[in-house]
Amino acid sequence: MRLEPRVETPWTIWVAAPLAAVAVSLVLAALLVLWSGAAPFSVFGLVIKGAVGSQFALFETLTRATPLIFTGLAAAVAFRARLWNIGAEAQLYGGAVMAALLGTGLLPLPAPILVPILLIAGAIAGALLLLGPTLMKTRFGVDEVVTTLLLNFIILLFVSFLLEGPLKDPMGMGWPQSKKVIDAAHLPKLIQGKRLHLGFLIACAMACVVWFINTKTIHGYEMKAVGFNARAARFAGMKVDRVMVKVALLSGGLAALAGVSEVIGLKGNLTLDLSPGFGYAGIVVAMLAMLHPLGVVAASIFVAAMFVGADAMSRQAGVPNYIAHVMVATALLTMVVAMLFTRFKLKWR
Amino acid sequence: MTVDANAQPGDIVLRLSGISKNFGALKANDGISFDLAKGEVLALLGENGAGKTTLMNILFGHYVADAGSIEAFGAPLPAGRPAAALDAGIGMVHQHFTLADNLTALENIVLGTESLFSWRADTKAARARVAQLGADFGLAIDPTKRVADLSVGERQRVEILKALYRNARILILDEPTAVLTPQESEALFATLKKLVARGLAIIFISHKLNEVLAVSDRVLVLRQGKLVAGRMTAGATRAELAEMMVGRPVPAPKVEPQAAGAELLRLDRVTVLGAHGRPELDADLSLHEGEIVGLAGVSGNGQAVLADLLSGLVQPSAGAFTMFGEQVTSSDAAGMVARGLGRIPEDRHAVGLIGDMSITENMIAERYRAAPFSQRQLIDWKAAKAFAEDIITGFDVRCPGPHATARLLSGGNMQKLILGREMAGDPKLILAAQPTRGLDIGAVGYVHEQLLKARARGAGVLLISEDLDELLALSDRIHVIYRGRLSASLPRERFSVPEIGLMMAGQGFGDSHAA
Repeated sequence: MRLEPRVETPWTIWVAAPLAAVAVSLVLAALLVLWSGAAPFSVFGLVIKGAVGSQFALFETLTRATPLIFTGLAAAVAFRARLWNIGAEAQLYGGAVMAALLGTGLLPLPAPILVPILLIAGAIAGALLLLGPTLMKTRFGVDEVVTTLLLNFIILLFVSFLLEGPLKDPMGMGWPQSKKVIDAAHLPKLIQGKRLHLGFLIACAMACVVWFINTKTIHGYEMKAVGFNARAARFAGMKVDRVMVKVALLSGGLAALAGVSEVIGLKGNLTLDLSPGFGYAGIVVAMLAMLHPLGVVAASIFVAAMFVGADAMSRQAGVPNYIAHVMVATALLTMVVAMLFTRFKLKWR
Repeated sequence: MTVDANAQPGDIVLRLSGISKNFGALKANDGISFDLAKGEVLALLGENGAGKTTLMNILFGHYVADAGSIEAFGAPLPAGRPAAALDAGIGMVHQHFTLADNLTALENIVLGTESLFSWRADTKAARARVAQLGADFGLAIDPTKRVADLSVGERQRVEILKALYRNARILILDEPTAVLTPQESEALFATLKKLVARGLAIIFISHKLNEVLAVSDRVLVLRQGKLVAGRMTAGATRAELAEMMVGRPVPAPKVEPQAAGAELLRLDRVTVLGAHGRPELDADLSLHEGEIVGLAGVSGNGQAVLADLLSGLVQPSAGAFTMFGEQVTSSDAAGMVARGLGRIPEDRHAVGLIGDMSITENMIAERYRAAPFSQRQLIDWKAAKAFAEDIITGFDVRCPGPHATARLLSGGNMQKLILGREMAGDPKLILAAQPTRGLDIGAVGYVHEQLLKARARGAGVLLISEDLDELLALSDRIHVIYRGRLSASLPRERFSVPEIGLMMAGQGFGDSHAA
């Protein structure tokens, strides 16, 4: 059995690869379900029903997908330029801290002014959090995988400090949480009485913006060129370091929007469990989407559906909802293998 | 023309029968059969992409042939196992050496031959054996030196010793002279004669006709995966071999004499410092309108640094650098493009093109910032595509269209794309670094034609090449570069291979820079 490079990749492969990856991960998960003593088809049925089977379930899935779209876009933008930003979690909390800092009464402004200010301030905070590691990479060659990953823990501890100190809610019965943001800071709900909020539409709009930047502007062209071949890009006259900084600002800003949107759209305040790993899940989303910004929206909804559906399923079937983690994780692994087949074909001999 | 693929005298040591190998639609090897006899040097001649390296990789077990079989010393050679080839007494010296830089020469030679389960290596016996082999075949090296400290010629000797140490009876040399000075090549040929006198059989892979004539007993010619011709070397001529290799007569480039014009480029003791603050380049150079100045030298003597300097990739640390009469103080790649310098980089895959992007995207890489390719930061893909199409037709690039991925093109077509991009602005000054390396003869002719055309319209060309024949054919003047310094230039009427060869080895440079 040998791998031979493909001369040309038919478009069917590009569509089939992620679908096949998801299918294989379902089969692997089915084995685990069998092991836990339940019937795979009924369990998957419950997962699907719990994810999209009702209006409530569907809105819940889209609500859960919202932060994933932001962090997925952050990873997609960075990875396209080969800037390995593993720190979306830190940037997310950077945005959330800004929202909690400015949105809890510090700026008594009307909503149409306050909400954009919070989004922009959050994005700037996230952008700056990625700027540091990126400058260390371009100036001194420090590996950004290490710095961005470790920054996640530093920022989480910093948030913990804020929530025990300066930002602690005096009315919070001693819980480490910030005050609630003021009413004017809230993102409006898309439908009365549901949790789905404007953040979802902002996320979809950002996906379109990133798509536009990637395909139509010189910045997107530079980012692609630097990602594919930095030496050749430099030879052609591109300022590779400057392009990296642009990528960092965009990626960090996008990740931070996830935090802002969670605080002012859903939770209302900043807590230490604001993100159950949205930053890391964004990497999975970006890989499943093959770094395509519009694909990120689809992949986010898939991943969110898995988690929301598994929660519902575990209540009824008694299979632990960890199965969702397993499925998403195996989907990532099978996706990496599937990506291989977009560049190589298998030859038996 | 009949293919005389059979060895005449002596015992057959190696027999290839009907070897075929396809890569997708490409027939890399198509039914190749030949014999190799004890005591002969067999030259395998062919252009790039003719299938020489594929064939040798099959022989050595790196690839598995789709069809055909190999016999070594009368026994069938199992396919796909380099270890089997080694055991059968086949040794290979690759074009790009496979040595561990951080080990000594001796350690490299014995690497892989010691038992995994013995506590210590029998260094003494190994050293004695290496010394004996070295003395027998004129392969003198210092076995205690680290490979990183050896010259390229010495590294090649280590590679050959490595094969001999494993009792190789058949030695395959893949483009062995590509990195050697003419004198070093002579020494290698002497070694090869000694080896065959002792009964070894040698396969010598090359596309350089002079060498094939000088060293081989018999020559086989590969073209597009097929064995197209074979004959004894004695009595063959250069033109004859070239025609066999290409399949048609090959005209030599014609250089019309013309007077040089105004000075375009001047380097006065321009120094570039390397990573450790040591000067890697200390150059004096002057280039005028309407002349091609050649730069000869063994690879790694500062050619790449000079090319990087002119490309705007490294900064000069001292000296006066003038281009088009203006002082260049700080240079960057975009600035050089803006000044109107055409730059053909040495490595078209890694530097010249972005392989995973389309032809259109590659063609605008130096010009996307300005109209007509972009306005207010928005790229006009229509204009970009039209530009790419112009280059494709103007430079006869064979490709499915401007949307095609650059990586999928052949080396010659890639080089045509780069030429097209660089010549698009009719540059007054052209830097051509190894512009024909790895191209087939047709593409080489095309590149030469373009450079001569640029010269004819008054552009100045700096031609950096490791192919002396190319430099002699095209240049008006030749400088030799050695350890970062440039010799005075030799005018065309004073070109002489032995003299240039000695200069390439350092003669006339003094030894103030000697390491």
